[in-house]
Amino acid sequence: MALAQILFLIVAALGVLAGLMVVTVRNLLHAALWLIVALFAVAVLFAMLDAGFLAVIQVVIYIGAIAILIIFAIMLTRREALTAGPQDNRLWPVAGTLCALVFLGLAWSASNFAGAQSGPAKLPASDALVALGTALVSPDQYVVPFEVASVLLLAALIGSVAIAGDRNPSK
Amino acid sequence: MVPLSWYLVFSAALFSLGLFGVLARRNAVAILLGIELMLNAANVNLVAFWRYMAPARMGGQVFVVVVFAVAAAEAAVGLALIISFARLRGSVDADQADLLRG
Amino acid sequence: MIQPGDLIASLGSWLQRFLLSLGLAPSLVSLGVALLPAILLPVISLMTAIPLIWLERKWVARLQDRIGPNRVGPFGVFQVFADMVKIFTKEDLIPQGADKIIFSLAPVLAMAGVIGVWAVLPFAADVYGVNLNVGALYVIAVGTFGMLAILLAGWSSNNKYALLGAYRAVAQLISYEVPMVLTLLVPVMLAGSMGLNDIVRAQGNGWFVFLAPLAAIIFMIAAQAEVGRAPFDLLEAESELVAGFNIEYSGMKFGFFYVAEFLHSFTFGALGATFFLGGWLGPGSETFPMLGVVYFLIKSFAVYFVFVWTRGTFPRIRIDQMINLSWKLLTPASLGLVALIAVVHRATQATPPLLQAVVLLGANLFVFFCALLVMRSMGRMARERSTAPRPGSGSGKTTDPGQGAVARPASASGD
Repeated sequence: MALAQILFLIVAALGVLAGLMVVTVRNLLHAALWLIVALFAVAVLFAMLDAGFLAVIQVVIYIGAIAILIIFAIMLTRREALTAGPQDNRLWPVAGTLCALVFLGLAWSASNFAGAQSGPAKLPASDALVALGTALVSPDQYVVPFEVASVLLLAALIGSVAIAGDRNPSK
Repeated sequence: MVPLSWYLVFSAALFSLGLFGVLARRNAVAILLGIELMLNAANVNLVAFWRYMAPARMGGQVFVVVVFAVAAAEAAVGLALIISFARLRGSVDADQADLLRG
Repeated sequence: MIQPGDLIASLGSWLQRFLLSLGLAPSLVSLGVALLPAILLPVISLMTAIPLIWLERKWVARLQDRIGPNRVGPFGVFQVFADMVKIFTKEDLIPQGADKIIFSLAPVLAMAGVIGVWAVLPFAADVYGVNLNVGALYVIAVGTFGMLAILLAGWSSNNKYALLGAYRAVAQLISYEVPMVLTLLVPVMLAGSMGLNDIVRAQGNGWFVFLAPLAAIIFMIAAQAEVGRAPFDLLEAESELVAGFNIEYSGMKFGFFYVAEFLHSFTFGALGATFFLGGWLGPGSETFPMLGVVYFLIKSFAVYFVFVWTRGTFPRIRIDQMINLSWKLLTPASLGLVALIAVVHRATQATPPLLQAVVLLGANLFVFFCALLVMRSMGRMARERSTAPRPGSGSGKTTDPGQGAVARPASASGD
């Protein structure tokens, strides 16, 4: 077993364990913390896949912004959540079998298509970071999705403040 | 050398766990946690295919960047809705959100 | 053999040869020698914290017209050790009802968020932990762990005031992360790379503090707010929120937070020196890397002294003033600065460096004067509002000079 394989197995096992904990623990704040572990495992996998920029961005955006936002929301709705009953709804065995079937189907098709057992292709000589930056702003590549995504973020910014903003600010 | 299928199986596992979180949990924020897991699974899938199949084409990484932006926007708006709903109905139980039921 | 000019690299190769001669496997030896910086860097950074704390206490004391610690040892140099002994021997409490695991985890995360930055700092031309090509972003990413630590510390203490303190702390940290990241874009643009080594090397023609002084100033302000130093030290305001998020912490756990805070401000001093003051550059630093380490430390301490100086000079800012400052002044200013410098830098690409420097400086001054105008009008409005007759007849609604660059949210007050 090569070192890369052992490392991948450790990180992947940690990620799957964290994902399992996210969807099963009773305490919601602990679930959010396990989500942070899962996100960090995904960031490590990005780094192993030679996408270093994406790994760092994953930590900054997902862990540094989205996870903190989720923790804030948990803290702000704690009073309402305390009155709730059990954490899983009535149909959770059905959901469990459905998800197990989905996983088996995906895993089977992932292992049995042409090229599934292949190794990674050769990396191009140029720096992936420069290529990514060029791709995002070059007119004949992906500048339109980039700009549309920024408009989407602007809409989300305005919308979330409008929905959850303070209705009666004091002066 | 890690075969591509290992990354894809990991991504499938994470996706199914996220799906279970969405379908089986009561608390609205817990459902959002499941959605984030699914988005991350999709990201792992994208980056694995980018690296193994066509690392010269930046479309894979651009797709991931757009998914980051979409996930952030959706988490922000979703949490704003949840907080607003909690203020309105006094509960974050997803089963209680039935005001539009016919 | 071992050259004093290049001490660290030659020590490393001597160690490798020595271990190989002992008969160990080559892969194991290279792994061990590669892991050695990972073990040494936290130790060195924590050892730096010891004279740092003493120095700060003496400096702040002199600025406040008093002497500072002078009992324990000559000039009080052993005061820090006395404090360490006190912290070690204090009882390690976990309050009842607190979440034990998170309570113990938070100080560790806070420390990790600080020491992680030392892995990418270039101390000299070949003395660094790792040369990431996304070094500037990595620094931001590691900083988010510190933010998380504060939130978890406040939450797990099972204490209303700790939670309030944690909320305000995270609001402050998130608000000031934006101008910090934006102003970090300026050296990245001017150097053409995010790697810290490349940024240092690109300052060979002129330090970035002379090319983009406004970016340096905004970075310093944002850095002080990120660390939580005065005048932004509302996070642990001893006289206000009863020490904020670390009320319930005592003993070694509090020691972690305490050392992490001091080390954090020195780390930001080192980052300011790397990004804006030319890092290890200086006469003779290419041929003698150890001289580069000396220059780097001198520059970091200079920036750290500026931080201590502001600490001793300014009063504490209120939380709403702090948030206003970040979102209404620093963020638009740094956005405008980044846009303007991008255009100017590209437009003057082919001209000689001196002209480039002058034009960049002009762009900085332009944005600075715009910001001054905005501040003047904001100050005038605040003055008018505070002297307006009560009950406020329509003067209650703040209207800001629209900065264009900031998306104004839909007015939440009336609807």
